[in-house]
Amino acid sequence: MSAGTGRRIASMWFPRLPSDRVLRATPLEGPFALTLREGNTERIHCLNPAAEAAGLARGMGLADARAFCPALMTDPARPDREARFLEVLRRWAMRYCPWVGTDGADGLVLDVTGSAHLMGGEEAMLDDMATRAARSGLTLRAGLADTRGAAWALAHHARGATARAAPGETAQALAPLPVTALRLDPAEIAGLERLGLRTVGALEAAARAPLARRFGPGLLVRLDQAMGRQGEAVSPAGEAPHYATRLTLPEPIGLEADVMEGTRRLLERLCEKLDHQETGARTLCLTLRRVDRDSRQVELRLAAPMRDPVRILPLFRRGLEEVDAGYGIDQMRLEATLVEPLPARQLSPRATGGDRARVEDLITRIGTRIGLENVQRFRPADSHIPERAFQVVPAAFAGPEAGPEMGPEMGAEAEPHTANRAGAWAAPRPRPLRLFPPEPIAGHGPRPPVPLRWRRMSLTPVRVTGPERIAPEWWFDLPGWRRGLRDYWTVDTREGRRLWLFHTPQDPAWFVEGEFA
Amino acid sequence: MSSLPPSLPAKPAAHRGPAPVFASAFPLRPARVHEVCGAGATAFAALTCARARAGALIWIRETWMRDQLNPLGLADFFDPSRLILARAPDAVDALAVAEEALRDSAVALVLLEVTRPLDLREGRRLQLAAKTGGSTGLCLIPEGMGSNAAETRWRVQPHWAAPPEGRGAAPRSDSTLLRWQLIKNKSGTLGAWDVCWNRTTYRLDVVSPAAE
Repeated sequence: MSAGTGRRIASMWFPRLPSDRVLRATPLEGPFALTLREGNTERIHCLNPAAEAAGLARGMGLADARAFCPALMTDPARPDREARFLEVLRRWAMRYCPWVGTDGADGLVLDVTGSAHLMGGEEAMLDDMATRAARSGLTLRAGLADTRGAAWALAHHARGATARAAPGETAQALAPLPVTALRLDPAEIAGLERLGLRTVGALEAAARAPLARRFGPGLLVRLDQAMGRQGEAVSPAGEAPHYATRLTLPEPIGLEADVMEGTRRLLERLCEKLDHQETGARTLCLTLRRVDRDSRQVELRLAAPMRDPVRILPLFRRGLEEVDAGYGIDQMRLEATLVEPLPARQLSPRATGGDRARVEDLITRIGTRIGLENVQRFRPADSHIPERAFQVVPAAFAGPEAGPEMGPEMGAEAEPHTANRAGAWAAPRPRPLRLFPPEPIAGHGPRPPVPLRWRRMSLTPVRVTGPERIAPEWWFDLPGWRRGLRDYWTVDTREGRRLWLFHTPQDPAWFVEGEFA
Repeated sequence: MSSLPPSLPAKPAAHRGPAPVFASAFPLRPARVHEVCGAGATAFAALTCARARAGALIWIRETWMRDQLNPLGLADFFDPSRLILARAPDAVDALAVAEEALRDSAVALVLLEVTRPLDLREGRRLQLAAKTGGSTGLCLIPEGMGSNAAETRWRVQPHWAAPPEGRGAAPRSDSTLLRWQLIKNKSGTLGAWDVCWNRTTYRLDVVSPAAE
């Protein structure tokens, strides 16, 4: 920071964050603890004051704790939710200053330089923190000092719930605190205790060179950080970009053209945001709040990430047509609920991509009616089983070229694209145009039955080609293939129909599975 | 776009004097909706895809249909990667999707499997959409359920014929002979042809004009 104003750092410590989180949701009387599995034993992760009063401590085995305190209520700890809760608190703490970072699993660090007066001074700010935390059921200890290390020390080791060191008085404030206030390793603390250096003041007064020789540089770095001789940054977590825009209207609107115009304005702002982040929206959600406090949502799922307002706007029309505006709409909110990276692309006269973009728009329009997952494409798959030799994938997630699932092989081959593709769809023998679930027909023996009765038709095979034996893929349990091997026959009939039959020699039966032409 | 060779003009039926010229009927007239029925309708549709101009191909079906298209079979006619499948929950949605797709000029061909007779209004709407977008439509209809608005209607039946005799005549082991009957034509005469698709050269051979 600038040399003129001294930095002021606040440290907030929530000593009982995990148990406070649970107790806020489900208030309980009496001793309560959260347990976490460590190796083979359940250990106490966090506990409330009542449990502490009963003689329990963190890290104690659950069995021991139960012996101490039979009335103990426990819950498993959820470190992931605790981290999320701390993140929520971090966002909340931005009410005090814009520069807030997390500190460990249960602390926040705030750079309040120049922002304390907004809360009525540093004391008032600390009081405000304490009041708000207490009101929301959180145990809070806060410290405020010139350095991050000193603020941490005050928060963790000062007498009261809040402590403050006036500017320039860091050394005096820290002197009576124990050396554990310096964020040291347990081994270092034990070593210092053995030397008789119990307080920060004693450590500060000791000669530095022998300490550095004995403990290495880490100890003195911590001490200097606390005293302000060495800088330490407060690194706020980056806010994830937020893709939402809204429009509040002085008068409610109800005409479709007006709503479209409002959507256009929102979309332009949103797309500008997307443009800055080089991302494209995949799903857009337009919320229309009506005068009667009800709201209507229009969701638009796009076939490809997009950030061009001119292309997206017409796609909203169908959704908006169905919205009942009621007494009018007075607030609109547009959010990109799913975004994907979409790097800026250079426009060149050769690769216009205009046709492809139009197909994508069409897929989106069709998708709004029948569902985007119902617009599909075929992809080749590597299998001899006829119904598994291709995949049907949603077209929105697979372009006309090689999809991601076959990227490596396709990319590695240096052949031209056409040869590549013909290879992907190559079948060893002619395959029928349509496949249906196998339909049993009457037949005996290994040769196709004559006459062939299928779908109430009596057909006369004229030429049979086969058999083509296909073995089931034993590593998959396909219900259709429980009969084992299949011998496929192509049967031309005098009536013209050309069928694809198979015989299962291991469990003799005949089926029709497909038709050519 | 496609790996297929460019369309070759089909051999005109030269055996009979006044018979209608196949080339005037088959590459289906663009920007119109056509219909096909009969047991060989799928093959006809695949051939139409093979002869379509560059662009997306959309095949619209209803969700409940149990049979499925086999891209490995379609690969004998055209590149199945070009095909976009749309699975509509019911006939009304299928028609709406077809109309939307026909109106979009990015699409070369729209195929629609129809399961109930289309009335004149629906047929006409498809026809107008095709005219707007310049795309060609083809409805696969059950026998006798055509719409009056269709530009042409074909009945396609697979047809058994003994392999050709004589030396040099390759046995037609790999493809089915199809009898194509043009049973409705708004701007032209009717006709019938026996047609065979050569899957190695991607060529449509008119074998002989069929007797009416």
